[in-house]
Amino acid sequence: MNEPSPGLYVHVPFCKSKCNYCGFYSSTGLEAIDDWLGSLREEAALNSVEFETFGTLYIGGGTPSLLSERRFAKMVEYLRSVYRFLPGAEITIEVNPDDITPNKLKSYKETGVNRISLGVQSLNDRQLSFLGRRHRSADALRALDVIHESGFSNVGVDLIYGFEGQSASSWKKTLSSILEFMPEHISCYLMSIEPCTRFGGMVSDGLIKETGEDLQVELYIDTSEILSSAGYIHYEVSNFSLGDEFVSRHNSKYWRHVDYLGLGPSAHSFLKPRRWWNVRSVDDYCRMLGDGKKPLGGQEVLSDRQLENESILLGMRTREGVDIEQLRNRPEWERILESLERGSLAEVVGGRLIPTLKGYLFADSLPLLFMD
Amino acid sequence: MKHVRNFSIVAHIDHGKSTLADRLIQHAGLVSERDFHDQLLDNMDIERERGITIKSQTVCLPYKSKSGIDYMLDLIDTPGHVDFSYEVSRALASCEGVLLLIDAAQGVEAQTHANLYAALEQDLTIVPVINKIDLPTANIDLTKKQMELELGLDPDDAILCSAKEGEGIEDILEAIVHRIPPPGGDPDKPLTALIFDAQYDPFRGAVISCRLFDGSVKAGDSVRLISTDTVYAVEELGIFQMNREKRKSLSAGDVGYLIAGIKTVSDTRIGDTIVMADDSTAIPLPGFKDVKPVVFSSIYPIDRDDNASLADALERYRLNDAALVFQRDSSVALGHGFRCGFLGLLHLEIFQERLEREFGQSIIMTSPSVRYTFELKSGETITIDNPEFYPDPTTIEQSMEPYIRANILIPERYMGPVMKLCLDRRGVNPHFSYPTRGRIEVIVELPLAEVIYDFYDRLKTITQGYGSFDYELIEDRKSDLVKLDLLVNGERVDALSTIVFKDRSRARAVQICERLKEEIPRQMFKIAIQGAIGGRIIARSTITARRKDVTAKCYGGDITRKRKLLEKQARGKKRMKMVGQVMIPQSAFVSVLKTKDE
Repeated sequence: MNEPSPGLYVHVPFCKSKCNYCGFYSSTGLEAIDDWLGSLREEAALNSVEFETFGTLYIGGGTPSLLSERRFAKMVEYLRSVYRFLPGAEITIEVNPDDITPNKLKSYKETGVNRISLGVQSLNDRQLSFLGRRHRSADALRALDVIHESGFSNVGVDLIYGFEGQSASSWKKTLSSILEFMPEHISCYLMSIEPCTRFGGMVSDGLIKETGEDLQVELYIDTSEILSSAGYIHYEVSNFSLGDEFVSRHNSKYWRHVDYLGLGPSAHSFLKPRRWWNVRSVDDYCRMLGDGKKPLGGQEVLSDRQLENESILLGMRTREGVDIEQLRNRPEWERILESLERGSLAEVVGGRLIPTLKGYLFADSLPLLFMD
Repeated sequence: MKHVRNFSIVAHIDHGKSTLADRLIQHAGLVSERDFHDQLLDNMDIERERGITIKSQTVCLPYKSKSGIDYMLDLIDTPGHVDFSYEVSRALASCEGVLLLIDAAQGVEAQTHANLYAALEQDLTIVPVINKIDLPTANIDLTKKQMELELGLDPDDAILCSAKEGEGIEDILEAIVHRIPPPGGDPDKPLTALIFDAQYDPFRGAVISCRLFDGSVKAGDSVRLISTDTVYAVEELGIFQMNREKRKSLSAGDVGYLIAGIKTVSDTRIGDTIVMADDSTAIPLPGFKDVKPVVFSSIYPIDRDDNASLADALERYRLNDAALVFQRDSSVALGHGFRCGFLGLLHLEIFQERLEREFGQSIIMTSPSVRYTFELKSGETITIDNPEFYPDPTTIEQSMEPYIRANILIPERYMGPVMKLCLDRRGVNPHFSYPTRGRIEVIVELPLAEVIYDFYDRLKTITQGYGSFDYELIEDRKSDLVKLDLLVNGERVDALSTIVFKDRSRARAVQICERLKEEIPRQMFKIAIQGAIGGRIIARSTITARRKDVTAKCYGGDITRKRKLLEKQARGKKRMKMVGQVMIPQSAFVSVLKTKDE
């Protein structure tokens, strides 16, 4: 399972419109796409000293699928000229259902993309418009068909649940419709409303309410049970895969503390023990690269303790858990372990502390137990 | 012949005392424009933030009057709270007059009265000053009318001023010179000086602030402090400007400082009299009291390993706070700590804040207690200030608790709610008088335990800030007392125990359980909170378990944000105390005595 080669992330910071729940950086100024692409090349070149070979490439956003076939192909071609990708490297692109055409998929395939992550979110039109999505549920179903017909054998579907106006039964309906396609990977995100999103503003204005804890917990457990009985592994708090070979290898690098390089505005990079992140705005990003400078927004060098804390916080979110050798030296380890086991929150299996399903629900609290 | 005037400024809170003091200092040219900042006399951050004076300061202002004579005007600043009323009375005893400051927009308020009476008690000359006349809401005529009707002062005596704009400052300085009498006293008589404050200097030890009534003193003299009967050689003396100004001698009428190799301020007593060492017949100045702590609380380091550093911090703290007493203490729930005694609750709160801020200590403080006395069947009498030492109830013949006589001054319209508050707090023997039209003075006897936490806060809320409150301890009285224990998930938390009045024990237990329910954050499991007397459960509340704590998304490589959040939470956790499996925040321990706003 060990995959020490780093991952490459490219942030396509453009969207035709902004979704109500999304807190990621993106711009709707599509006229800047060519400037951004030019700058991206500069940035890739500037980083080719520290990074050389990657095991995964993940093109996310934003909305990568709004790039034209030609631009997309040239971008990947350039990345391949600067960096080396291992044979069998996982190459993912995030796509929106309404951008999908057989031609686009064909071109993705030709550039070497072997994994599609489709932003379905919901299969209920009323809910889709509440979320601020551009597409309708029919677009998503059609996209799934087209992707399948284009011969992609590693497809991920992103879904959101646990928000106002979505009943338990409508969520289960969405899930079972998706299960008819048996995608290799499903991400199910419980809605959490971030302050800097449109929903965040609506909550503070009293226009919408957050879904109660009890209902969210019930939906979370149901989701895990439904997908597990359909053959999926619940390998991370919000991620399910149809067997070990279909976990998101790129995202797993983040969770396993493997190095990664992020290109594009607001992207984060990690080269142990240093982490840095780019400026958020497309304008600043292009301007700095135009001046021949790295578009650095900030950076930090992690102490051994911080690295260890991160690997605990990340490990407690995945089925791989945390090596107990790392935890033994923490204060009151025995007592904490005893209470975790008694509370059915985690268990020790093969020398690792692995969170249970209930443990996943407390993924933000559990690491705190080990902090001093 | 020296031209000296000794005065103080008294005012209701926010009527502009610090601003006026700043203005007078500026006028005297003691600070440059560059060094000027607001609240010059309040050195501590906490004084500036809270807008109160904790430690009084003295400053001598040189002033050339309009008639061309050079004066030295000693401004003696006073702390502004009931806990320190004794210190205030000693500071006033060192003056011949006060500036009574009244806000032109707010008019006469509770503390205006209280301050006026305190000054009249010392027979001081009152110079009324109407401040903030620049405000659009200023109503000078009405303020003058109030002065006449409520305070019995001649409105024509009032000086109009705006300390903020610097208006009327000359008039005030002239009035200090002409209206406040010069200090009397005879420099040739034997030395008598009043200690009204002491500050700690890390290099010199205690720096005594004193007022000389008779005689004179110079460096090298041997002096005796009457109450402690200790003799010291005077090393240095002088007057206060913004810093200490060394002088050769001080004599009758002067206000100044004295350094005499006294190690800490706890070796001095405010209100004590300084005389010459060989003067065995000297009579102490009137009004001295040995101030004793009345409120007790235990403090524990949050991290058990920090005990030594806490002990060291307390030693250093005491150097500058003579009123603080402490001794070692320990708790099953909280480990080793210290039992501390305070003059009152503000004193306690200031202590807690300064200890954390200036001394970097993270502490847990238990709910404050008074000192109880138990007469046992064996004939023995025991006194405890910590509920932990509550004796076996079957051995108690009778229990006693301290009572105070409270003096509450309020506008008439608040009479009903204030009486209700007093009765709720077991007040007895109320007496009323009408010092001026529209105002009532309520004198009522209350158990000290009922006022130590939030009585003053409640009074201020009920009277919208118009109520003033002062008290004196009177005696211990018989009272039926029981110990109320608190259990968290079945485990008794000794630091949460309190001694309560038996007839109200159930109501208190319910109240405390509800309080703790609010203070203790929900955790991964259910938490039961129980109140018990002698093993019998009399109240209960339940904190439901959290059902989830998870952020769905954690990718995009932004792990830094997540780790920083975790680190922040981990720091927050340090301020919690684990009792069994339950994390109890610091605030919960003191919250026990707080009552809810009705």
